[in-house]
Amino acid sequence: MKADPKGVMAGAFFIDGDHACAEGAIAAGCRFVAGYPITPSTEVVERIAERFPLIGGMFIQMEDEIASSIAIQGAVWGGKKAMTVTSGPGFSLMMEHIGLAAMTETPCVFVDVQRGGPSTGLPTLPGQGDMMQARWGSHGDYGIIALCPNSPQESFDLTIKAFNLAEQYRIPVLLMLDECVGHMTERVVVPPAEEIEITPRRYWEGPKEGFLLFKAAPDRVPPMVKAGDGFNVHVTGLTHDERGYPVMTAPAQEKLVRRLVDKIRLNSEAIIEYREDQTAGADIVIVSYGITSRVAIPAIEQARREGAKVGHLRLITAWPFPAKRIRELSGHVSCFVVPEINYGQMVREVERCVAGRTRVERVSHGGGSVHNPKDIYAKIMSCGKEERR
Amino acid sequence: MTEESMDIDMSMPTNTVEEFLRMERMPHIWCPGCGIGTTVNCFAHALETSGLDLKKVSIVSGIGCTGRVAGYLKLDSFHTTHGRALPFATGLKLANPDLKVVVYSGDGDLTAIGGNHFIHAARRNVDMTVILINNFIYGMTGGQVAPTTPIGATASTTPYGNFEEPFNLPYLAESCGAVYVARWTAYHVRHATKAIKDALRKRGFSFVEILAPCPTLYSRRNRLGDGLDQMKFYRDNSEVKNDADTKTVGLSFQGKVIVGKFVDKDKPTYLDSMNAFYAQKFGDKYSPYKG
Ligand SMILES: Cc1ncc(C[n+]2csc(CCOP(=O)(O)OP(=O)(O)O)c2C)c(N)n1
Ligand code: SF4
Ligand SMILES: [Mg+2]
Repeated sequence: MKADPKGVMAGAFFIDGDHACAEGAIAAGCRFVAGYPITPSTEVVERIAERFPLIGGMFIQMEDEIASSIAIQGAVWGGKKAMTVTSGPGFSLMMEHIGLAAMTETPCVFVDVQRGGPSTGLPTLPGQGDMMQARWGSHGDYGIIALCPNSPQESFDLTIKAFNLAEQYRIPVLLMLDECVGHMTERVVVPPAEEIEITPRRYWEGPKEGFLLFKAAPDRVPPMVKAGDGFNVHVTGLTHDERGYPVMTAPAQEKLVRRLVDKIRLNSEAIIEYREDQTAGADIVIVSYGITSRVAIPAIEQARREGAKVGHLRLITAWPFPAKRIRELSGHVSCFVVPEINYGQMVREVERCVAGRTRVERVSHGGGSVHNPKDIYAKIMSCGKEERR
Repeated sequence: MTEESMDIDMSMPTNTVEEFLRMERMPHIWCPGCGIGTTVNCFAHALETSGLDLKKVSIVSGIGCTGRVAGYLKLDSFHTTHGRALPFATGLKLANPDLKVVVYSGDGDLTAIGGNHFIHAARRNVDMTVILINNFIYGMTGGQVAPTTPIGATASTTPYGNFEEPFNLPYLAESCGAVYVARWTAYHVRHATKAIKDALRKRGFSFVEILAPCPTLYSRRNRLGDGLDQMKFYRDNSEVKNDADTKTVGLSFQGKVIVGKFVDKDKPTYLDSMNAFYAQKFGDKYSPYKG
């Protein structure tokens, strides 16, 4: 399906990553946004608040992030595509409702423009410390998708992708920006509506009789309906059967939660996206995401000029993680270097996949700025030396 | 108000409510003598006579014994998280203004953990009906103190008695902006049914508090007998005072219970205000939001 031209502001613009995210949401068909102001994410909702009244959208500034993160779910069951936007402290408040969306299979988008943490931390400065929270932040087991743009253009593109994946898999999708990507201004091209591919909601088209809201298709994703269509649906965060009725037993739990995990795990090949640069034959591979993937480039280029065989793998989906690809690379790579603006989060995934076969080095940074590329360069060169020894 | 003046025929057999319930889910989880089921009966009767298109009625609950109500009604029904029924309902209503959205939940759910959402939903005057079952206690989790527990009553987390001032909920609802505020008890089935029906017909944030016995936890711990004893207490100690100043209707431990319709006024809803405001601002460029 193509985008609704009404919302799409086609053209080339100089806008920041937050504004690009807002435009991406509009292009994706999002017409309900609930949020609570928090730096460095507020520009997203400010843009939405300005744009929505004239394109038939509903923006509401809720009383807090807990309210925002469930108002969007009400809106989804009311038939809208919906998103909420926040940063660290608000993201922490939203965790229970990420779990609710996962459990009730409510397609929606959560945007986290990461800043330095923990707690109030560094409100105006970058961090990448919410990556594990994105994966595991809500209690219990569930599959999740998290995307990491590294430019305003990608913020636009991946916001659309986030909405599409949410509909495809009936799941909350997390868009993990960081303060730098959110606030950097670059050229963003918004294509005309007819060039934007939109995944429509998977509405049930069969007969009402015998319809089951949680009976999955072969890809493990059940069909959607909306309130008011006469299905008398029941939607609960309790463990439930295919009708949506609560069932408090271990077998019901196994059946439902296994599917919630499998629907991402078994579809992960189709979901996972990353970019590779000169990884074939590389001795050292940098694994990076978000703003750090750009900061790493001068370090990689410098090392290459000095003869090091350095590849670069940039995560676009942090979750699900490209485990298979990292395992393959670990066959010939002698060292992975993982720079992140945290004390070691995604690097744990690299370590898990490598399982001791090769070295994994972290380049940690507590937040407040991006890395100095020299630190990444120094780590690359030190890996190289060890290897030559 | 006299009983004759009410337009509800209570002579009909009670099983007419069955068509509003998910009978395949019976028996329900509530204890014998619990007042929640009685209020559901009232709600079903109110729906039956409301003239509403049931396809367009959604019910949203939080978590608690009362929170289970949504799951027993044959409507689009949403059992959300503890305290958050109101913001879910806000999203649902604003996404599709054609829906009649009802929030049905407990005193703890709506006014402790959900208290912030309660005051803001009332302030915004989002068009929805809120039915709050006040059993003075957290039932589901085993009888802990609530923001509604009267001074002197004991709960599992106030074993020596509660000394915190409880909320006067009609006063809270009115001061935050509710356009319809009533209080009845599970004893007053006809009045409660009528109040729910009125609330359902009202545009704006309508609020009905229904006091209901929790014999298992509240009554037993406080030596108030069983569910029937609590009903007798409501019969003997309630005073109907329509239009009473909500400031004066606070509750005390086994004290007099003022019941009635306290507030019934008209005010633009959230969407009325938004549409009027933007129409003025943008003129012809603005088409009224219809979801
Ligand atoms: C975030 C969260 N905190 C605590 C709980 C546990 N909990 C479930 S129901 C409840 C209290 C319910 O009390 P009330 O709303 O008065 O409902 P009742 O059971 O009395 O009808 C609590 C504390 C929860 N489910 N979620
Ligand atoms: S614990 Fe109390 S409120 Fe809960 S079902 Fe039993 S009697 Fe009703
Ligand atoms: Mg209670």
